[in-house]
Amino acid sequence: MPKTKKVVEWKPVDVKTELLKQYPPKVARKRAKQILINEAQENSAPPEIMANVRTIPGIITMRGCTYAGCKGVIMGPTSDIVNLVHGPIGCSFYAWLTRRNQTSASGEKNENFITYCMSTDMQDSDIIFGGEKKLAAAIQEAYDLFHPKSIAVFATCPVGLIGDDIHAVAKRMKDKFGDCNVFAFSCEGYKGVSQSAGHHIANNQVFTHIVGTSPTEKTDKYKINLLGEYNIGGDGFEIDRILKKCGITNIATFSGNSTYDQFASANQADLSCVMCHRSINYVADMLEVKYGIPWIKVNFIGANATAKSLRKIAQYFEDDALSEQVEKVIAEEMPSVEAIRKDVYPRTEGKKAMMFVGGSRAHHYQELFKEMGMKVLSAGYEFAHRDDYEGRQVLPNLKVDADSRNIEEIFVEPDPSLYKPRKSEDEKISLEEKGLKFKHYEGLNPDMESGSIVIDDLNQYEAERLVQLMKPDIFCAGIKEKFSIQKMGIPMKQLHSYDSGGPYAGFKGAINFYQEIDRLVNSKVWSLMKAPWEESPELSATYVWE
Amino acid sequence: MRKVAIYGKGGIGKSTTTQNTVAGLAEMGRKVMVVGCDPKADSTRLLLGGLAQKSVLDTLREEGEDVELDDIRKPGYGKTWCVESGGPEPGVGCAGRGIITSINMLESLGAYEETEGLDYAFYDVLGDVVCGGFAMPIRDGKAEEIYIVCSGEMMAMYAANNICKGIMKFAQSGRVRLGGLICNSRNVDNEKEMIQELAKKIGTQMIYFVPRDNDVQRAEINRKTVIEWKPEAKQADEYRGLARAIDENKMFVIPKPLEIETLEQLLMEYGLMQAA
Repeated sequence: MPKTKKVVEWKPVDVKTELLKQYPPKVARKRAKQILINEAQENSAPPEIMANVRTIPGIITMRGCTYAGCKGVIMGPTSDIVNLVHGPIGCSFYAWLTRRNQTSASGEKNENFITYCMSTDMQDSDIIFGGEKKLAAAIQEAYDLFHPKSIAVFATCPVGLIGDDIHAVAKRMKDKFGDCNVFAFSCEGYKGVSQSAGHHIANNQVFTHIVGTSPTEKTDKYKINLLGEYNIGGDGFEIDRILKKCGITNIATFSGNSTYDQFASANQADLSCVMCHRSINYVADMLEVKYGIPWIKVNFIGANATAKSLRKIAQYFEDDALSEQVEKVIAEEMPSVEAIRKDVYPRTEGKKAMMFVGGSRAHHYQELFKEMGMKVLSAGYEFAHRDDYEGRQVLPNLKVDADSRNIEEIFVEPDPSLYKPRKSEDEKISLEEKGLKFKHYEGLNPDMESGSIVIDDLNQYEAERLVQLMKPDIFCAGIKEKFSIQKMGIPMKQLHSYDSGGPYAGFKGAINFYQEIDRLVNSKVWSLMKAPWEESPELSATYVWE
Repeated sequence: MRKVAIYGKGGIGKSTTTQNTVAGLAEMGRKVMVVGCDPKADSTRLLLGGLAQKSVLDTLREEGEDVELDDIRKPGYGKTWCVESGGPEPGVGCAGRGIITSINMLESLGAYEETEGLDYAFYDVLGDVVCGGFAMPIRDGKAEEIYIVCSGEMMAMYAANNICKGIMKFAQSGRVRLGGLICNSRNVDNEKEMIQELAKKIGTQMIYFVPRDNDVQRAEINRKTVIEWKPEAKQADEYRGLARAIDENKMFVIPKPLEIETLEQLLMEYGLMQAA
């Protein structure tokens, strides 16, 4: 006789209690501050979430390391910088195309080094005697092989422990070559509490060593930078297609499908558009202070969000011709998006999703799910800070702990020759009055439904428990969570690497995403997958003497 | 085989004391191997008659995987075996990791096998137990008795106490024990009494008081231990005495390191005794 399953509707507050029940008291106290019920916020202070703090030892976290954030995320996607990992060979797996960031090799000579894996392959004796000589030799070898414009050196954990001075080696080699910008990142994996520290380190070094060094002048009319877009599954290609169609020039993407020259020219854009606030807001701020380029938050995930972002850009340039062109593009693109959306909507409406990913994606993808009539029950980031949840207004009140102090903070000043405010203060105020907000990010929480559960730094145990309790129709996270979720019979979509799909950004991306999610949440494969003990009763027996 | 490690504050005379004592043991007919655990590789200079030794790590680096025992040990005074672990140049790399690698290498090459007929293995370790690498010789299965060289100077006593903390940590999970303090005199007032009292408080003994004598330096200039350079010297007898004391030692304890206040008070007491 088939068992009838009792459907229990768990209240968010009970879910929270249930997640914490398993923990020892001290751990439960800390996790309680990182699990937030998104309650109605009228007439009361919005709830605070604890984020960017150390993961408690013993918890199987979804987070990565500082080296992964610096090398893998920020610097990985650039096509014409040779990335050289200084460390044991194991770390270098991530020196090689593991993140599905695509490239069109659009550099001057169509160089594409991201398919190469360069490492110093440190051995025991390099640890003992120091690895500086080997590093210098490896830089020389990379230079002789490729004659690249730039070589970036990344430190792995042991390099920091034995104190190799990678910056001195890089400087020496740069001076020696004369035509190759060699610079290094002290992005040892153990720094900071997550990969977020690596983003910061990468931001600092790219800004210090490359931005503002291009000799060629960019003369296009509407020049922007696209910050925090990493061209996973070709997202950046789709955004570039749309921007081009609108007549907007993307000077530099940080860092999907980027080139050295793009970084070097970033100071020539007139507006910075920030996609992933978490990983790149440092560069956006520094571009503003040093060169006078204002920044706005955009989101190209979701068709409506894309249209909204394009209108924001047009609004900034205060040019009717541009606005007209943008409207024309939106009008052209939307019908095919709408057609697919209407097709999938009856099948996706009311389905429930969970998203635990990144420092911006858990927010951005809410748009796409909304467009499909789906509800996000619970979401959170792996490595975000409080401002990514609650908005930038909390920044002045953020406590800077010892872990954050461990990461270098650089302070820039207006460039004596290149600083040029793109908009006067009055112009900015007038634009703000018209609804365009500068340096503004509201964070994830306000966009989530009341009563939904926001969880920072979700771990393996909580992920499984959440799925058991709330039974979502789809769970979105990364490769580490992929198979444990699928084993529970729930469709799983990777929103770091997109599995083998994408692009999901822009208009065409939205279509891809609708179809992919429709396929996943309506697949019957999961209900066909029953374990033997679910189909036939357990064998029972007695001892012969009983 | 007894495995002995000598620790103590930098510059206190560990290498000199170790080699002179080993010469004494060799004279008594003991078969001894000395393993220098200092990147400077100068722990066997007096036994070998100069810095003639190629270190384990240099050999490993140059020969690659194909290393034999005879590549890394040399016969010294009185049929001793001399090994230098070696290490990086000052300011680079990781000396601690070097010691770990080199001791593992000696083990895997069979330097401690019974067939080698060793009575003693001596580890002469650089300075303090600053990190995991320098604690390697006192981890379980390596050195089992520790002697700390110290003097009546405050920093030397402070270092000795600190080393005791390291020994205590490893003693709780392994067989390593403190055999005693060797006082290498600096002619401090009440030095002998003070070190005896310190030893008592830590729960150990002052195993020997080595008086200061310029013959030690004279022998060093000649690249020899005192026993080899001038067997009839008074100081040679002192080292023979220390060798005998170690050879006959039966007192092995888990040390009880002192609180800093207690240590300071000890210094005050013995320092003030002189003033009064």
